[in-house]
Amino acid sequence: MTTEAISRPVAATKKGPAVARVRRKLSTRIATVVSLVIALVWTVPTFGLAISSVRPEDEIKGNGWWNFFADPQFTLENYREVLFGTSATSGQLAGYFINSLVITIPSVLFPLAFCSLAAYALAWTRFRGRDWLYLAIFALQIVPLQMALVPLLQFFNIFGLEGAGGFAEIWFAHTCFALPLGIFLLHNFMAELPSDVIEAARVDGASHARIFRQVVLPLIVPALASFGIFQFLWVWNDLLVALVFSSGPETRPLTVRLAELAGTRGNEWQRLTSGAFVSIIIPLIVFLSLQRYFVRGLLAGSVKG
Amino acid sequence: MSFDMAVEGPKLMMLVYGIIAFLGIIGLLLLALDRVSTRKDRWIALGFLAPAGVLLVIGLIIPLFRTILFSFMNADSTRFVGLENYLWMFTRPENQEVLFNTLLWVVLVPSLATSVGLLYAVLVDRAKLEGLAKSLIFMPMAISFVGAGIIWKFVYAYRSEEAGEQLGLLNQMMVWLGGAPQNWLLTEGLNTLLLVVVMIWIQAGFAMVVLSAAIKAIPGEIVEAARIDGVTAWQMFWRVTVPSIRPALLVVLVTISIATLKAFDIVRTMTNGNFKTGVLAFEMYNQAFVALDNGTGSALAVFIFVLVTPIVFYQVRQIRRRRQEAM
Repeated sequence: MTTEAISRPVAATKKGPAVARVRRKLSTRIATVVSLVIALVWTVPTFGLAISSVRPEDEIKGNGWWNFFADPQFTLENYREVLFGTSATSGQLAGYFINSLVITIPSVLFPLAFCSLAAYALAWTRFRGRDWLYLAIFALQIVPLQMALVPLLQFFNIFGLEGAGGFAEIWFAHTCFALPLGIFLLHNFMAELPSDVIEAARVDGASHARIFRQVVLPLIVPALASFGIFQFLWVWNDLLVALVFSSGPETRPLTVRLAELAGTRGNEWQRLTSGAFVSIIIPLIVFLSLQRYFVRGLLAGSVKG
Repeated sequence: MSFDMAVEGPKLMMLVYGIIAFLGIIGLLLLALDRVSTRKDRWIALGFLAPAGVLLVIGLIIPLFRTILFSFMNADSTRFVGLENYLWMFTRPENQEVLFNTLLWVVLVPSLATSVGLLYAVLVDRAKLEGLAKSLIFMPMAISFVGAGIIWKFVYAYRSEEAGEQLGLLNQMMVWLGGAPQNWLLTEGLNTLLLVVVMIWIQAGFAMVVLSAAIKAIPGEIVEAARIDGVTAWQMFWRVTVPSIRPALLVVLVTISIATLKAFDIVRTMTNGNFKTGVLAFEMYNQAFVALDNGTGSALAVFIFVLVTPIVFYQVRQIRRRRQEAM
């Protein structure tokens, strides 16, 4: 409802047309101003970061980013430095960027597969205690990550994976933590599929594995997409799991490195702004191009972490 | 150039192994399930549920009980100490600050993020460029807490007036308005509120999207009837819109409350818990992984768990009711 649409007929019935017009204009204008202010507060901080990241170091440290418009000086040096710089104080983010990718891809694929298998069983096979099992898995959604960290870390220590092998621990952790939400979302979607389609396939003698592959999977692609995006953003942006389960620069993702830079080089804004932007850009692209699926996932109801 | 193939190679190989393992596991599982000749659903279901089930047990269920156990033990989990960790949690002076801050977060973030989201959803509903307007507010959802922390740290940045011009937008605005720049994040009391702003900034988009969908789902006849009765915009909002979207409002408030209870990244990135800004989730990380005290860390985790548990019961009841209605 725009306020305009609401106030028009009301005002018109009670007062003269002139008063109504003034009133309508006023309320529309207030609505516009308020929404503009909110939109500005929500975008200007990110915008300022983006502008700063392409200003030369002296400029960034000399005056505020809004001076860019009076005296535009553009450089990509910050990005070159923060990605590929060799000194220990530069970000060296290129390597961490790769780490983030290596962490994220399997951490999205495994939950997608395991969740859709489990959701299928909970929606379309019959066995005793099925509904209880579903509720139990749903309830696990609420367990805070914090409850699992210490024991899971001890469990991993049994195997003592080192170097790049450490990625496996992070995949494992992210996959475990994704299951309750993923099973819940995909189950809701699968349970809505028309039962005659699946019954017909059963009557034709198709096995569950075959129905899952050839009938159900193609139908749930939108749900897989929304859960996939959800999980991608979650893993790429995660700090807690990465801090706890990655042991060195070999496996640490961007978020951990950025948090480190924010702590130790808190005033090196040329590195922080460009570094933050490097970490933001991929999720932002994914998000803006696939927003529709993401929103659908959100609306399906979600509590995670 | 620090980009070195000798360093990056093994990582990329690891990624390849990971994907091969993925394809192998799924392929073998489906193949095995295909071969099973039994018509008994029970065994097939077991196969479908096995991977998720094993991971849930190892990754969540066993840890859940172990953490509860650890919370009654000493720092390296070798000796039982009874309720000592819980006493420590509620009596240490610093912790009272932490608990108070957490309360502040949990009260302010859900209520304000939901209010802003609702207000904005109502204002832009059916306006020109609605999609774009919504994307702007929604965008912070894609940004990590660490990224958001840096973005806002930059907004709050402070320089003494002798050192030069202000770099942070907030302080520059103070200067423009004739005031003196402040070192915001060091100002105790105020700094927690400034961190809360960051969380609201991230969560409002979520509230807006869910509530906007709920508003669009309000039946047209109700709105039309109210309009014929001659209600004002204000009455329309409180008597028609809000009651109609009550379930969605509840979901949003609950979801944001839970997210807020668990958020630790913002505090860690922006103040590292200094200057009296600590919250439960941050303190949990600190105790368990910096101070390396499994006992106190676990006690804090259990406390977060206890705080969110009533919500599970409520939601499980809702689901069962919905199922019974469906049957």
